Amino acid sequence: MRIAVCIALLAAMVGAALATEIPPAARRSGYSFMGADTKAMQDEDTANPGMLSVLDGEALWTRKAGSADKACAECHNDARVSMKGVAARYPAFEKMLGKPIDLEGRINLCRTNHQQATPFAYESRELLALSAYVAQQSRGMPIAADDDPELAPFVEKGHALFMQRQGQLNLGCANCHDDNWDRKLAGSPITQGQPTGYPLYRLEWQSLGSLQRRLRACITGIRAQAYDYGSPELVELELYLMSRARGMPVETPAVRP
Amino acid sequence: MANSNHTTRRTVLSLAGGAAALVIVRPVDATPAMLQAAIRNIVGEANVRTGKVKLDIPPLVENGNTVPMTISVSSPMTADEYVKSIHVFNEKNPQPNIGNFYLGPHAGRAQVSTRIRLADSQKVTAIARLSDDTFWSATADVVVTLAACTEEAI
Amino acid sequence: MPSALINVPKKARRGDVIEIKTLMSHIMETGYRHTASGDVVARDIITSFTCRFNGQEVFRADLFPAIAANPFITFFTTATESGKFEFEWIGDKGFSETAQASITVE
Repeated sequence: MRIAVCIALLAAMVGAALATEIPPAARRSGYSFMGADTKAMQDEDTANPGMLSVLDGEALWTRKAGSADKACAECHNDARVSMKGVAARYPAFEKMLGKPIDLEGRINLCRTNHQQATPFAYESRELLALSAYVAQQSRGMPIAADDDPELAPFVEKGHALFMQRQGQLNLGCANCHDDNWDRKLAGSPITQGQPTGYPLYRLEWQSLGSLQRRLRACITGIRAQAYDYGSPELVELELYLMSRARGMPVETPAVRP
Repeated sequence: MANSNHTTRRTVLSLAGGAAALVIVRPVDATPAMLQAAIRNIVGEANVRTGKVKLDIPPLVENGNTVPMTISVSSPMTADEYVKSIHVFNEKNPQPNIGNFYLGPHAGRAQVSTRIRLADSQKVTAIARLSDDTFWSATADVVVTLAACTEEAI
Repeated sequence: MPSALINVPKKARRGDVIEIKTLMSHIMETGYRHTASGDVVARDIITSFTCRFNGQEVFRADLFPAIAANPFITFFTTATESGKFEFEWIGDKGFSETAQASITVE
């Protein structure tokens, strides 16, 4: 039944689509749409279940892996110093590949190239833990993901994907998250879709999840075929969202309903 | 703990009745009978009075998978007068029990918090057992909103 | 690899009532869910949580499937002397984890 409600409400919005970008002063983190109880869960580290993954990542950071028998810490030393601000700049342009990669992609490249280990699966406990630990080092720092001029064409591609209508509901991301973020859908706030706290703990998931997981869920929600994990489209969408959220503080590990 | 001391023949029968219902009807929701049986299993024949217990739970929750809840009991928490235990039940989950919490006079303050799952909008009941073996309760109605856009199942 | 987050004040004065917060990483699989092919996902929950201070039980809880994933439990105790809190979580499939925290009481 909730799917029917979802479809009906989304369909009602299609007609009203204006696709206007959110002015910088009006940007709001998903945090600001939450109730006091959920905010409290994020605000205190010992109450935030996302911190369990951060702890897990801290342990993985110093664990040797792969045939190189190296730990992250052997090259990058203390993550609290070396990883400060790093996640705020991802996705970043990777010259070897000629395209942007997200933080999860970077961690896996490090694994294959430097640790000579097999890459972690998307949404695996290890990849979520390491990306949460690395991203937490940027907590409170402003997002600055699109500085590299090489990224410009990929930000554009991500923007185009954000605007593009698709799926059985014929909706683009912008129809909800640019045009209707001040409204509700089946009782829940729509939010602006600002990617400030990933990977984050979603009460719906009862676990940590990546921005790619969230994007795939959104795409499934509009009854479209979700892009595969690691696909260029998802990374371009991540990049556009991060450029759209430029200057907003990183909240990892955030908590969301 | 000492729950079984209070289990009388009638409680056993009502429990058996609950179990039988469970076999015939698929246990989709905790039926009021199951809830009654679960409560009787804790309180036995004792009378459960309303009061002394405060159940702090949001009336409208953002996601039923993780609902914060705090139970506090007004008690001086001295060696002579304290809260022995707090028991929390629900009406419509597949099982009526949520949690049992055992305290003592050294707790200093009779207050417990946790996060629970509510499958649907329903009543949540907290029952406290005091050191004089009286039982006190509080009940709250919780509306669970469902996420607008859901993902594919696992 | 399960991990726990424990919040116990490092110091307290004798007689202070202190709050203890605990968060344990666990899926709390209810046993009421089904896979896409219709199979029941077996129950896998923490069933019991105990806190002891210098060997003496100060708090205990029985948990049911209605406790959310990554169980978060907070409670109070009176600081009487310096010592060690020991936390223990026991559950299905042989789950057993412990954690410790020390307190100095002046």
